[in-house]
Amino acid sequence: MSEHDTLRLHVPEPTGRPGCQTDFSYLKVARAGEVRRPPTDTAPADTTDLAHTLIRVLDEEHKAVGPWDPQADPQLLRRGLRAMMKTRIFDTRMQIAQRQKKISFYMQCLGEEAIACAHALALYHGDMCFPTYRQQGLLLSRDDVSMVDMMCQLMSNEHDLVKGRQLPVMYSFKRAGFFTISGNLATQFIQAVGWAMASAIKNDTKIASAWIGDGATAEADFHTALTFAHVYRAPVILNVVNNQWAISTFQAIAGGEATTFAARGVGCGIASLRVDGNDFLAVLAASRWAAERARSNLGPTLIEWVTYRAGAHSTSDDPTKYRPADDWQRFPLGDPIVRLKGHLMNIGAWSDQEHSQVQAELEADVAAAQKEAERYGSLLDGHIPPIESMFEDVYKDMPPHLQDQLQQARAGV
Amino acid sequence: MTMIQALRSAMDVMMERDPNVVIFGQDVGYFGGVFRCTEGLQAKYGKSRVFDAPISEGGIVGAAVGMAAYGLRPVVEIQFADYFYPASDQIVSEAARLRYRSAGDFTAPLTIRMPCGGGIYGGQTHSQSPEALFTHVCGIRTVMPSNPVDAKGLLIASIENDDPVIFLEPKRLYNGPFDGHHDRPIVPWSKHALGEVPEGYYSLPLDSAAVFRPGKDLTVLAYGTMVWVCEAAAQETGIDAEIIDLRTLWPLDLHTIVESVKKTGRCVVVHEATRTSGFGAELVSLVQEHCFYHLEAPIERVAGWDTPYPHALEWAYFPGPERVGQAFKRAMED
Repeated sequence: MSEHDTLRLHVPEPTGRPGCQTDFSYLKVARAGEVRRPPTDTAPADTTDLAHTLIRVLDEEHKAVGPWDPQADPQLLRRGLRAMMKTRIFDTRMQIAQRQKKISFYMQCLGEEAIACAHALALYHGDMCFPTYRQQGLLLSRDDVSMVDMMCQLMSNEHDLVKGRQLPVMYSFKRAGFFTISGNLATQFIQAVGWAMASAIKNDTKIASAWIGDGATAEADFHTALTFAHVYRAPVILNVVNNQWAISTFQAIAGGEATTFAARGVGCGIASLRVDGNDFLAVLAASRWAAERARSNLGPTLIEWVTYRAGAHSTSDDPTKYRPADDWQRFPLGDPIVRLKGHLMNIGAWSDQEHSQVQAELEADVAAAQKEAERYGSLLDGHIPPIESMFEDVYKDMPPHLQDQLQQARAGV
Repeated sequence: MTMIQALRSAMDVMMERDPNVVIFGQDVGYFGGVFRCTEGLQAKYGKSRVFDAPISEGGIVGAAVGMAAYGLRPVVEIQFADYFYPASDQIVSEAARLRYRSAGDFTAPLTIRMPCGGGIYGGQTHSQSPEALFTHVCGIRTVMPSNPVDAKGLLIASIENDDPVIFLEPKRLYNGPFDGHHDRPIVPWSKHALGEVPEGYYSLPLDSAAVFRPGKDLTVLAYGTMVWVCEAAAQETGIDAEIIDLRTLWPLDLHTIVESVKKTGRCVVVHEATRTSGFGAELVSLVQEHCFYHLEAPIERVAGWDTPYPHALEWAYFPGPERVGQAFKRAMED
């Protein structure tokens, strides 16, 4: 007879399932302004407390408080709000386009707009982001990336810059510092570290920004990225977007129970922050802090952005099957657009009237872009790239066996 | 030069010529590699261009893909081909597809060196020949030299090539040719013409096979160590085999293969790797498609057995000259 009870397997569960309420106390939300801001040359081990708390700037009244207030120019914040609004409108419109069968698939970033849109402001031209499929804000916050180009990718039409080879949302915009998106999760995280190492090898001044979701941190490439970034002190920002959900799987199943994703960074010897991802000012400040570290040869920074995936995982997903329908309304960190708007109105840099006006302008811009993109056709009406584009770019030059196969494909063999 | 020295010379030449070439992998820096292939390179080019890596194959290849996307030309080493599996996702899903999925926006001009092959009592995880796992992947090139002269020329060409290259090095051939007669003393490369490797830069094309031994009775398709085993088998059976050293497995030199089989009318495919779905199956299929009316006998295939690579039964597993010779005879009988 054993003196112990039999062993039991622990399988984490979210507190909220359809028909009940989520208990968000697991988030460990700190009060705005209460978390310290250390100098950028702080030792990684000294960021332990910052990896277990939550850096926030905007308080309940939308006032900017505490040492992480980036003291940003209101003009910059107005641009940021506009970028978030543009991202959300673009998403809404493309979600509808999918429902109308104009595109085959789509993924929104509803509720996560602040992270990409504010982070983009901390980067310089030439820095390279290694995004997942949910950082469209990096592109939509820029004026030099055309929404028409993005939509043509979504439509896989003759104007698609990646020639109809990729699923919608898998953009590639090298000139905008946006690395080609892969369907294979986490692969880009270590690639970003390699890119940053290359920049250091060449004594360049550019930095890399790596992106991953909470669920994908369980992939091996998350760990290789942290190890390599630490070993070689790579100039990279390692962004973990913790939106609480990996499709239907609560972040506790990814290893988030009773710990944080930021804590992983500290364990690997990387300075780490845990930040309110729905607080535009906090995102901007933390991103600038991490970018400054990277640019100053002080090494990598890991940032866990705490946010909530307000929408469905994708157009192929129905979240009401696994979580409460009103979950986002109850999420304690709110809506990033509402919060920045509130702040700008507080400081007299925005108004309801301007908000409506910008909203209408952006809706018109997105609609116009969609109209133009639709002129180039889509997958569904057969206006797709020519057959040779299927065989090109497999190799730099088309080898004989692919030339043969192209001829066969043309002949319908 | 030995094959080790030839490979090191190729890397030295390319480090000198192209400041974007960087080398890293497990033990390749200070120590110069467990097989000495990178000896002295860190001292010559510095730690920012030749450096040791953590034991993480996925990390090594993944970081190399990122470096290549930046514009470098990484040459990375996986210590044994048997250990590339953790890097499979980065090789198949990323390196091989980067150019295609981004329509040329990003490319991955990297070379992944891995010592492969058996015949060294390496047991299960120091003997494998995983080439078929690479030749099946569209977007990468798979190369395997059989001698020092080719090793240097092909490695230089691989590093210069803008496509990702899997460069498989038969470690049994590192110090001298090996014909499968494990009971005889090894002859070093210094006693062989193919050990006379030119100093400086030269490259060999990545789409060209070599007629290793001209012959008229039958065509043998082989690569790596098996080229030497096949030569011994030809000598011992007296069959005038035309041995083609494929050198580049995929994309391959179909023309040389087809011309030879059309001439001889018979074909034997030989590799160390396990038989089922091995690269030999693709070779058999190509010969059948392109030479059907010229074939006078079924295509023979000699390969490793469909088992993991054993330790004690090394020589019952390794396709030696006796087994290969029997296949030659069968091919001649029909």
